Amino acid sequence: MAERLHVGTRKGLFELARHNGAWEIVDAHFLGDPVSAVLASADGTVYAALDLGHFGAKLWRRDRDGAWRELAAPTFPPKPDDAADDPHPWSLGRIWALEPGGVAGRLWAGSMPGGLFRSDDAGATWSLNDALWRMPERRQWMGVAGGEQPGISSVLIDPGNPSDIRLGVSTGGVWASTDAGISWRLINRGMYNEYMPPERREDPISQDVHQLARCLAHPEVMWCQHHNGVFRSGDAGVSWQEVTAIRPSKFGFAVVAHPRDADTAWFVPATKDERRIPVDGKLVVARTRDGGKSFEVLTEGLPQRHAYDLVWRHGLAVDGSGERLAFGSTSGGLWISEDGGDSWTAPEARLPPVSVVRFAEA
Amino acid sequence: MPTVSFTSALRRFLTASSAQVEGGTVGEALAAVFASQPALRGYVLDDQGTLRRHVAVYVNGEMVSDRVRLSDPVGPHDEIYVFQALSGG
Repeated sequence: MAERLHVGTRKGLFELARHNGAWEIVDAHFLGDPVSAVLASADGTVYAALDLGHFGAKLWRRDRDGAWRELAAPTFPPKPDDAADDPHPWSLGRIWALEPGGVAGRLWAGSMPGGLFRSDDAGATWSLNDALWRMPERRQWMGVAGGEQPGISSVLIDPGNPSDIRLGVSTGGVWASTDAGISWRLINRGMYNEYMPPERREDPISQDVHQLARCLAHPEVMWCQHHNGVFRSGDAGVSWQEVTAIRPSKFGFAVVAHPRDADTAWFVPATKDERRIPVDGKLVVARTRDGGKSFEVLTEGLPQRHAYDLVWRHGLAVDGSGERLAFGSTSGGLWISEDGGDSWTAPEARLPPVSVVRFAEA
Repeated sequence: MPTVSFTSALRRFLTASSAQVEGGTVGEALAAVFASQPALRGYVLDDQGTLRRHVAVYVNGEMVSDRVRLSDPVGPHDEIYVFQALSGG
């Protein structure tokens, strides 16, 4: 089980360790700076993406010697003349997803304004995935709340086949490559988007995919927290069925899948899109253990009065055991479970708004 | 040679020392600085080489007019100052 937890916030990266059964903050990095993505290994290597605003998106790596070094952040190539009418900028806005590529040294980075970048040298150099960026449909991606640009918020690699990749785009559907990014397809069917005009409601590219999750042991099983509901796929994102049993509400941002059990996933619902707070001020986690047929509403250790915490797309994490979970909120709350969500404890801290929570994995 | 100076806010992240450099325009002077301090470039310019939205460049106390191509002329005694307006809470 993971023994380290990294929490990226609006004002720094906080590192927690487990001592005598309790989690406590043992270090703080980049204090004052917004952290947009984190990737951590059990060997001590940590990648942290910063969103400095004025000075752009930056990428840092902590090596096993404990020293942080700034890496060259991914950059877009010069914008060619034939892209003059591209509605989205050819400049990195934010690194939004950082994932290991399943091959030594390989990393994938999903970004705003929608560029996917790959590194094969542990982040030292990056290249834009030109095939995806040049898809004509990419220009139909739309900006999302919290950013004026579209973004790739989910990058999901099949650990048994690193060439098999799924992307969740906010907002622009579910994309797949089965050849390590040489070619891409918009694959999702079965989702609908309530806020679109009727003729575009079921259009695959119009789907507001907040976040995707994929079962590591059963990569054909995927979960989606969509803008207007929860969906599940049993064929790696091609067809989706709405999960109507979600409680206490169907709106939210975060979802994680159990690493081995294809029927188990966790969500942190909020009331609805125009009221992004927990239902009745009670912060809860929704868990299904039967593939979405039913949900348990987990409350033990979570505030049940006047809680107005919202959990962003990357604010919920599960470790490789499926037993340890953590989530952080826009109100700076942080809760950790060691029993699959049955009960939660809050480390002693008043954190800045949490953007990303990540366990260090082997 | 014109002098290029940078806001102290950048020193949190990297070396950003003042320098006297060759250059007949703001862009040429900045390029000369970035040649010796390459990591600084991405903090001041975006991926397409234009000034980042919240970064400002002044020459002798006057804001430059060309933020895209950085073509404002500079003379050998001019002072170029790169700074930003921090915001947020």
